[in-house]
Amino acid sequence: MNFTLHVWRQEKSSNNGEFKTYEVSNIDADTSILELLDELNIELIEKGEDAIVFDHDCREGICGSCALVINGHPHGKRKATTTCQTYMRDYADQRELWIEPWRAESFPVIKDLSVDRSAFDRIIQSGGYISVHTGSAPDANSILVEKNNSDQAFDAANCIGCGACVAVCPNSSATLFVGAKVAHLDWLPQGNIESKERAKNMSQTMINEGFGMCSNQRFCSKACPKEISLKVIQKLNKIVR
Amino acid sequence: MLESKEPSGPLESRWQRHLFDLGLVAPHNRKKHKIIVVGTGLAGSSLSATLGEAGYKVESFCFQDSPRRAHSIAAQGGINSTKNYKSDNDSVWRLFYDTIKGGDFRARESNVYRLAELSTNIIDQAVAQGVPFAREYGGYLANRSFGGTQVSRTFYAKGQTGQQLLLGAYSAMSRQIQEGTVTHYSRSEMLDLIKVGDKIRGIIVRNLLTGEIKAHTADCVVLASGGYVNAYYLSTNAKGCNTSAAWRAFKQGAFFANPSFTQIHPTCIPPTGEHQSKLTLMSESLRNDGRIWAPKDSKDCEKDPNSINPEDRDYFLERMYPAFANLVPRDIASRAVKAICDEGRGVGRAVHGKKLGVYLDFEDAIKEYGKDKIAEKYGNLFDMYERITGENPYETPMKIYPAPHYAMGGLWVDYNLMTNIEGLFAIGEANFSDHGANRLGASALMQGLADGYFVAPSTIANYLSKNSLEQIDDSHPAVKESLDRVNERINKLMNAPKPTHAPEYYHQKIGKILWDNCGMLREKDALIEAKAEIQKLEKDFWQKISVSGNSEDMNQTLERAGRVADFIELGLLMCEDAINRDESCGTHARTEYLNDQGDVVRDDNSFAYVAAWENSSDGFVLHKEQLNFDFVQPSVRSYK
Repeated sequence: MNFTLHVWRQEKSSNNGEFKTYEVSNIDADTSILELLDELNIELIEKGEDAIVFDHDCREGICGSCALVINGHPHGKRKATTTCQTYMRDYADQRELWIEPWRAESFPVIKDLSVDRSAFDRIIQSGGYISVHTGSAPDANSILVEKNNSDQAFDAANCIGCGACVAVCPNSSATLFVGAKVAHLDWLPQGNIESKERAKNMSQTMINEGFGMCSNQRFCSKACPKEISLKVIQKLNKIVR
Repeated sequence: MLESKEPSGPLESRWQRHLFDLGLVAPHNRKKHKIIVVGTGLAGSSLSATLGEAGYKVESFCFQDSPRRAHSIAAQGGINSTKNYKSDNDSVWRLFYDTIKGGDFRARESNVYRLAELSTNIIDQAVAQGVPFAREYGGYLANRSFGGTQVSRTFYAKGQTGQQLLLGAYSAMSRQIQEGTVTHYSRSEMLDLIKVGDKIRGIIVRNLLTGEIKAHTADCVVLASGGYVNAYYLSTNAKGCNTSAAWRAFKQGAFFANPSFTQIHPTCIPPTGEHQSKLTLMSESLRNDGRIWAPKDSKDCEKDPNSINPEDRDYFLERMYPAFANLVPRDIASRAVKAICDEGRGVGRAVHGKKLGVYLDFEDAIKEYGKDKIAEKYGNLFDMYERITGENPYETPMKIYPAPHYAMGGLWVDYNLMTNIEGLFAIGEANFSDHGANRLGASALMQGLADGYFVAPSTIANYLSKNSLEQIDDSHPAVKESLDRVNERINKLMNAPKPTHAPEYYHQKIGKILWDNCGMLREKDALIEAKAEIQKLEKDFWQKISVSGNSEDMNQTLERAGRVADFIELGLLMCEDAINRDESCGTHARTEYLNDQGDVVRDDNSFAYVAAWENSSDGFVLHKEQLNFDFVQPSVRSYK
C-alpha cells in the first residue's frame, strides 16, 4: 500500500503549525498507524531531521496515551478503537491521510501531534476519589454491591482518559470524562456518600480549566474508544441538580 | 555472603514482629522528611498515596504524560488473595507454598510469606477505593482460578484488573496531590542518582518537555520504575518501559539480582512481520476455557484449523501434563509451545521462515457453555484479538506464541526492600524479591500493591527514624557531580562521531541477540558468543547513534537513545548471569540441564542462591545470598 501523509508539524505551543506532506510506500496492511509513523521517523532521524513527536505507550488500547485525529476522526474511523489499534488495512480504500493532534483550548499542543492533557489530572484531583486512608478498610465482602450496579460502575470506570470526547466535541466539553468518574463511584455504596460534593467540585474544575459546557451534541460517546455511555452524563446532571 | 536481614522465628509471626521492631516517625515530624518516588505504577502510586496520607512530603515522578498511564494499567487477568471466600481450602500458607514452588525454589521464604499474608488487606483496600471487581448476583465478590493453581483465589475486573487497581491507586494519589502532601511531576525522567557519602539523597531529572536538567534532593529515594523485558525489543511491555532508573542505580553501586530471570508469557498474539513494534498479551485466564493444540502432522499446518479432525489435533499440554493440562505455569507452557514450533508444527504467518504460533481454541467451551457465557467472560479479550488480527476468535481459533512479559530479576533488596545502598529502596517489578525463577499469574499486581501500600511505608519510616541526615542543597558537590555525569552522557548521545542509525535500529539488534540466546532456551557457548556480539554492538552504538533535533527541547529520539544504551549494557549482564547459573530453574532453561522430557533440572547444592551482581571497574562481580528453605522442602516441580 502507498499513502500520502499530511502530518501536523508544530515546533511549540506559541508557534503556528502547518501540515507537512510525506510519501510512504510498500506498507504492509497489518502495519498499525503508529508503526507507520515509527518507520517514517526512522527515515527522518537517519537523515538528521527532527522526528515527528506523538504520544503513545502501551499500544494495546488501555493506557490512553495515543491521540491522533485521522482524516477528521479522533482515533480514526473504526468504532471503539484507539489510535494504536488502528491498522492500515482499515484505510485500504484511502490514498491520503490527514493526521492531526487533538484540537481543544484546554489541551494546548506541546509539539507536533502531542498535546497537554494535564487538565484531566487536575479534574480528578478535585474529587475523583473515595476518601479512604490506607489500612482503614473493612473486609471486602462487608460492602455488598448489587451485580447490575457493579457492572455499570465498571462500564463507567472503563474510561482511559484519552480525551477523544473533548477533541470531538464542538464545545470542547469534558462532561463525558467527568460523568464517567462521577457515575463509576456513584454506582457503588462506598462511593455514593461523597457523590454530590464530588460532582460539584469536578464540574467546577472542568469549567475553570476552560472546557466548554455540554450542549447535547452527543458526539463524545460515539468517539469514545471505550464506548462510555451518555447515561453517565444523565447521572452527573441528576447529582449536580 | 549478602545478608537479607530477614527476621527469624516462626514464619507466621515474622512480619508482625518485625513491624513492632521497626522505628517510627511521630506524626508531627513526618512533614520534615522528603521522600522521592520514581514511577507511578501500582507500586509507586500506592506508596506515594500512603506516604502522603501519613503526612510525609512526597515528590513523585513519571515519564508518561499522566501517572495513570503507567504500564500496570495493561495487566489483564487478576490479583490473588487468600480470602478463601470460596471455601476451597485456600490459606496464607497455601499461597505462600504455591508461590515458592511456582518460583522453582529461588525466592526468599520470609518475603513470600509476607506477600501471601498481606494479600487479604489489598482486596479490602481496593474495594474501599471503589475498584469495581467482578461480583456474583448476591453482591459478593467473584473469584476465579488462574494461572496454574487449584483454588479460586483470583479477584478480577473483566480482563482489565490492572487498569482498575491502578486507577484506584492513582485516585488515592490524586487526593494527596490535592491535599498538598504529594508533588507530582509528569513527563519527567530520572537520569541519575545523587549519592552523598554512602547514602542516596536525590535524583537528577530531565523535564521531557523542555529538556531542562534539574536536581531533586530528599531524605531517601524509592525506585518503582518497573521491569526491563523491553530489552528483548518485542515484548508485551509498553513502548516506554525501560531499565534506565534501575540501571543508573546499578552504576552507582546497587546490586542487580538474577537479571536472566525473565518471564516469557505463553499466550501472546504471534509476531506477523518485520514492521511490528510490540506484542500483545492475551490473558492467561483464557487458558481456563481454551484448549491449546497444534496439528499432529506438519502437512496440516497450512489447512483451515476448523477442517482438521479432532483425532489429527495434538492437544500437547493435555498430553504432556495431564494433571494441570492447559493450566501449567507460564514457563512450562512457553517451552512446550516453542518445542512444537521448532519441530515444524507451528501455524500462521511465517516470520524469518518459521511459523510461530499454535491454536488456542474455544470451540469446545462454546459448545458446552454457549457463546453468550464465553462472551461475558472474555468478550473484551476476543474483541481486542479481532481488532489486532482481523480474525474472529468465536469462529476461528486464536493463534498464540510466547513473548517476553515480566522481569523476576531486578534490583537486589533486603527484607526492608532497601537496596545495598543506604537510602535507596526498590519496590514492585523493579526489585527481584518475591517471584524466584518464575512468576505465577495474578501475583504481580499483588506484589506491587503489597510493597506500596503496606511494606515500604513502614520500612521507610524505620530508615528515617534511625538515620540523621545532613542538610544538602543544589550547591553540594555530589549534586554537581551527578549533573555533570548526566550532561556529559546527553552530549555523547547527541554527538556521535558518525551518526547513522536511529535508536530503533539498535533496539532491534540487542533484542534479537537476547531473544535468540537468552530467551526461552539458553546454552553456554551461544551465551558466550552473544556477550561478544553485545560488546561489539555497544561500541558501534556510541560511534553511530543518530539523534536528530535538540536536547533542550521535547526530543523523543534522545529519550529512546538513552534507554536503548542501557538495554545494551543490561543485555550483557543478563547473558553473564545466564552463563553463571549452571543449572536450569523456572524460566532459566539451559539446554545442558534438561531431562529427557525437556523439563528443567535444578542443582540446589550449588545454586540455591540469589545472584546479585555488582558493577566494578573490572567488570561484573558476583555476590551471593544463600536461600534457606526452613519451611518448604525444595522438590522437583511436577505438574504432571
